[in-house]
Amino acid sequence: MRREPARTLSDHLPVIFPALMLLVFFVIPFGIMIAVSFFQREQGGFYTPDFVLSNYARFLSSFFGGVLSFSLLLAMAVAVCCVVLAFPFTYFLTCRTRRVQIFWLVGLLSVLSLSEVIIGFAWSTLFSRTAGISNLFVALGLMEQPTALLPGFGAVLTGMVYQALPYTILVLYPALVRLEPTLLEASRTLGASPLRGFFNIVIPALRNTIVATLIMVFVFALGSYLLPQILGRPQHWTLSVLITDQAIYQSNMPFAAAMAVFLVLISLALVGLTLLVGGRKDLAA
Amino acid sequence: MSGLTLEAVSKQFGDLTAVDNVTLSVPHGTFVCLLGPSGCGKTTLLRMIAGLEDPSGGRLLLDGSDITAVPTHKRDFGMVFQSLALFPHLSVGENIAYALRIRGTAKADQAKRVEELLDLVHLPGLADRPVSKLSGGQRQRVAIARALAVSPRLFLLDEPLSALDAKLREAMQVELRQLQQKLGITTIVVTHDQREAMTMADLVVVMGEGRIRQAAAPVEIYRKPADSFVADFIGSTNLLEIARDDSGQATFAGMAIPGLSLPGGLDRARLSIRPEDVQLTAPGNGSLTGRVTFLRDLGGTVETFIEVAGTTLTAVSTPRERPDVIAGDDIGVALPIEACVVLKE
Repeated sequence: MRREPARTLSDHLPVIFPALMLLVFFVIPFGIMIAVSFFQREQGGFYTPDFVLSNYARFLSSFFGGVLSFSLLLAMAVAVCCVVLAFPFTYFLTCRTRRVQIFWLVGLLSVLSLSEVIIGFAWSTLFSRTAGISNLFVALGLMEQPTALLPGFGAVLTGMVYQALPYTILVLYPALVRLEPTLLEASRTLGASPLRGFFNIVIPALRNTIVATLIMVFVFALGSYLLPQILGRPQHWTLSVLITDQAIYQSNMPFAAAMAVFLVLISLALVGLTLLVGGRKDLAA
Repeated sequence: MSGLTLEAVSKQFGDLTAVDNVTLSVPHGTFVCLLGPSGCGKTTLLRMIAGLEDPSGGRLLLDGSDITAVPTHKRDFGMVFQSLALFPHLSVGENIAYALRIRGTAKADQAKRVEELLDLVHLPGLADRPVSKLSGGQRQRVAIARALAVSPRLFLLDEPLSALDAKLREAMQVELRQLQQKLGITTIVVTHDQREAMTMADLVVVMGEGRIRQAAAPVEIYRKPADSFVADFIGSTNLLEIARDDSGQATFAGMAIPGLSLPGGLDRARLSIRPEDVQLTAPGNGSLTGRVTFLRDLGGTVETFIEVAGTTLTAVSTPRERPDVIAGDDIGVALPIEACVVLKE
């Protein structure tokens, strides 16, 4: 269906309300945040309008650099784990009957209703020495004695993957459902085993979807600040944790704003780079 | 024995029997069309031959060896899917070379074979084109070339031409037949288009409700349909309920059909006669008398609809033989014995 371009005011009317909301609740606050990031901090939690770069300069230390790279690496690890787990799962789900698919999708949607706090404390119980899954491993004879599996990087990663996995599956599902089932069958008639066809045909045919999903989970995981605190040690805290700390507990708004702006810029740059690398093959083809 | 043999092959999906006890022998180098209405099990049968579905019962033999349990990727069959299933992320050449790549053929040999195949399907020099930039007919040819890349032992096609427009489809039918004869490869095509089957096949297998209704040469299927299902499905036909009178003579609605008798033991049967075999005469001259209800003058042919004792017969004649009648006239109908086929009810 072809759409006529909007001409009169009434044609634009349906867009005006959402545009206004976006402006008031997103563009203006973000603009304020950028402005604040250049303000001068005063002792006692206040700041005065100014244009100083000291907030950004303070960021360029090895400590904040380390936290930033850890945050990015953690988000990437979560994104890769999620896609690696979710892709085969979703693929096999789409091969099942409609009943089975609906059952699983409803189950996944209900996981989304859990808040980050509940997920965090649930996993902290599961990883604890006294009541955790290590007791189960001991009962099965896999472990000598119960151990605490947290705090630690593995615990943070598990919690975040658990949180992001339903999103990943729900984003992958539409593309995988639409995938022509005969593609894999065709590869089989041409001599490829089902596993080989999966890697040769199914994954490359959905490369764009996979790249888009990786980016989505990466951005989603970058904003996480509760799970690293509940499940990790201070060295596993992400930049989001530090931003919260600066903004709320240290009352240093300009520095918190500067870190937030920096985080946005770095993640935009990474997303751009991913699209560039992911899209190059399309241009060549 | 050489060729493909199906022994009592069946397939059940839950309570539904898609393919029911099919036994068929396809000699090497034969072009077979599986023909039937949608839902008759022809595609399921082809998918079982390809190994994409496991038979619920029966055996498949290729050149005497049992291949029922051999997985698809070890059968060395080429298959063209209804959706064509070209790999969207690969170029034309990469699509065609896929089977060679899987088998670890050297790059230079792959490129040579791709050129050969593109020449074979009349698409030279298109190897580097992405498949999204091809027309419908070109995609068709690429799918055929891809399936033929490793000289398969069987060439299977599932409604391969259904996505093409009528004119291109007719041209591709001829081309596909010529290609098959050139390569001498055993080919099985699924189609619901009887024209397609008549154009291409050595052996037409008419299927209905999961069973083989008749397997014979195209002309024989047309001339001597085995039952009324086949007669009705292949071309158009007139079906008359006939009965035997006291003297053994076949009659339709009390009117005797001279020279025709029912096979022994039967009291009732059906008579099938093709519209082009129905002869029109002056009233009283033919064996049957009826009334013209409608004339359809198509220019090249004229179809006359005649009501005889509540049954409507269709007669097709050329404009030269066009009977000089209008709707409402009485007319005589003669049924030449050599064109009549008596079918069990």
